Amino acid sequence: MHEMSLADGISRIIMAQAEEHGFSKVLTVRIEIGRLAHVDPDALAFCFGAVMKGTPAESAKLVIERADGLVWCLGCAEQVAINAWGDACPKCGSFDLKADGGDGMRILDLEVE
Amino acid sequence: MCSICGCGEHKHHDHDHDHDHHHDHAHPHPHAPDQGRLLRIEQDILSENNRWAALNRKTFQEQATLALNLVSSPGSGKTTLLVKTIGMLKGKMPLAVVEGDQQTALDAQRIEATGIPAHQVNTGKGCHLDAHMVRHALETLPLGEGGVLFIENVGNLVCPAGFDLGEAAKVAVLSVTEGEDKPLKYPDMFRAASLMILNKIDLLPHLDFDVDACIGYAKRVHPNIGVIKLSARTGEGMEAWLAWIQAQQALLRVAG
Repeated sequence: MHEMSLADGISRIIMAQAEEHGFSKVLTVRIEIGRLAHVDPDALAFCFGAVMKGTPAESAKLVIERADGLVWCLGCAEQVAINAWGDACPKCGSFDLKADGGDGMRILDLEVE
Repeated sequence: MCSICGCGEHKHHDHDHDHDHHHDHAHPHPHAPDQGRLLRIEQDILSENNRWAALNRKTFQEQATLALNLVSSPGSGKTTLLVKTIGMLKGKMPLAVVEGDQQTALDAQRIEATGIPAHQVNTGKGCHLDAHMVRHALETLPLGEGGVLFIENVGNLVCPAGFDLGEAAKVAVLSVTEGEDKPLKYPDMFRAASLMILNKIDLLPHLDFDVDACIGYAKRVHPNIGVIKLSARTGEGMEAWLAWIQAQQALLRVAG
């Protein structure tokens, strides 16, 4: 379950931010996960709770926003959205697609005090 | 938490059915915090791994070393393929191997028996190698100028897909004793791989494995994926695999 590593990555970013901005408690962690990212959001939420114990984000709420699986279709030369690799372009049926932002996973912001 | 639309309260859910709505929203309104202050981060969750991967990639470029990240499910024959590959490439170029397993040094011992330097990484409960582990492996592993570093990842078709180790290419090994629909079931991995090796083809007469369907599925997920059919046991198809490695190594020099 590599989501544990990802949760650990979130924790490290939060700790670095805590040092830089001098906060002691995180109320909310808002992240964005593209539909084509290599992650299961439910597993990540589970791991988040385990990994954040003993950190400023111990009682933080994790808000996961799903971003569309945006790809660039080489068939119709425009941006379209798919749900998973292996799906065809919904407009022209081509499988010749390149990730165009739909595979990202980012921390968007922290609400801290 | 968003005090305007309550999106912080929104519990993520996922489901298989098709419908038009999606779960994110455009956020035209400002995210005013209720109590705390809001820090915009906009940082990739994998940023630390990616930093190490970039460092590894730089080391590989400086040494003109082709790093290949071999990924597959357990039992696809990666280690046997490596032992046979080393036997055919040894003496032609410098070779080294990083072995990733949850436990034991058995695979590294098999590689060392060929006379090639190998470093075993035990991930413990971990399900994949990350770039930092490979960085440490490079501290003790000699890389020869113009050679190849094979990184045999933990047998797992899911987790290693998302972790860049600094490799030039991921090579997915799929044995024909597995289902031909694996590329569709585990699309992230076949999307991430530059090459799919169909291993154990000597067993095809005894199986119902549909080679053409399998390649079709892989191309659906990744139209540009290369495909090599071989049997590490009998040696059939090994020449194509060696030619691919040598071509990739040559490309590295051109690019470098």
